[in-house]
Amino acid sequence: MSTFLTLLRRDLGLLLIGGSRGGAFLPLVFFLAVAMLFPFAVGPDPTLLARTGGGVLWVAALLAAILPLDRLVKDDLENGVFDQFALRGVAEESAMAARLLAHWLAFAPLLLLACMPAAALLGLNGNMLRQVVLGLVAGTPGLAAIGLIVSAVMASIRAGTALAGLLLLPLAAPVLIFGAGALSRPESAGLALAGTVSLALCALAPFAAGAAIRAAREA
Amino acid sequence: MQAHLSATDLSCRRGERLLFSGLQLALDSGDALHVTGPNGVGKTSLIRILAGLTRPFVGAVERVGRVAMLDERLALDTDHTLRTALQFWERLDGVPASPGTHAKLGLLPLLDIPVRYLSTGQRKRAALARMAAQGANIWLLDEPLNGLDTDAQETVAAMIAAHREAGGVCVIASHQPTGLNLSQLALEPPK
Repeated sequence: MSTFLTLLRRDLGLLLIGGSRGGAFLPLVFFLAVAMLFPFAVGPDPTLLARTGGGVLWVAALLAAILPLDRLVKDDLENGVFDQFALRGVAEESAMAARLLAHWLAFAPLLLLACMPAAALLGLNGNMLRQVVLGLVAGTPGLAAIGLIVSAVMASIRAGTALAGLLLLPLAAPVLIFGAGALSRPESAGLALAGTVSLALCALAPFAAGAAIRAAREA
Repeated sequence: MQAHLSATDLSCRRGERLLFSGLQLALDSGDALHVTGPNGVGKTSLIRILAGLTRPFVGAVERVGRVAMLDERLALDTDHTLRTALQFWERLDGVPASPGTHAKLGLLPLLDIPVRYLSTGQRKRAALARMAAQGANIWLLDEPLNGLDTDAQETVAAMIAAHREAGGVCVIASHQPTGLNLSQLALEPPK
């Protein structure tokens, strides 16, 4: 357990503050920028904005989740950190579980907070905002899990970072469909299904990402 | 300290090429081996196989005791200061910081400098400190002398000697002479 906490502490330091690579601040600014630009693009029609705004926030969150992927696994793989873990008997799975939690903590809570100003920019009412926030609470763990799997698989490939973003999008479709679908049909089980997909992905991610790191060693 | 490292009938394949085959070695407490050979002959691959990071094509490796490895990769967070970066591994290993080792390697004045500002030789010394702090029985060193000045090379030789004295096992892969009178294993280029 203390090993896990040590790993989590380091991962949070890397992902939240990020040093020269830009930390958790970047996805947040990106998310707000999308919410700010959208009314300029479609015009200031309040009914149109109120109807489409929730979906825009979902797409913005999805794209913001791509931004941290380049430094999620690749740097540590190239720097030999995972090899040093292996020598110490720290399983790749525990390292990846810590990283999954750190990745989610570094981007999701800030994004949820940013939903308030973003909702104001798009003119969403309180009910709609609640649906978006609940949906993102259910959906962002899944986005984090997909992001981790994809970046672990792509870490040993040279053009991996650009591809990782492209690979994340189709895999995130179920989370997006259920989560954003609940906006227009609040009585449906969309949120519960988005949460289910998220939980299943979170359970799978440490094992898939750990296997990817081991496979990269043999390459 | 009890340590043992042995390999039987070891072969390594990289892609379609067989790098070495039928390699035998057996090291007990206090033994050290200097693996020599030209570039590309499989020294790094041998170290990684001995560490258990990659599987040999044929053969088996037996290890008794914990393993520490040093290679060309630093495994220290470049954005942190050297002190913080080393602290992470100390916490993970559950060992206290060892100012003695830091002093021997000349790292004391560097502890508050971010790792990314360190020179090649300073990085190597930092990696050596990380490796030594682990307190492992088996040391696997891949080119430990690269980029080091004469003083630091002598320090490394002294560290290896002290490690053997304490009953540790050490394998050094290097094309440079180590300054120690070690048994040699020369890897031949494949025919």
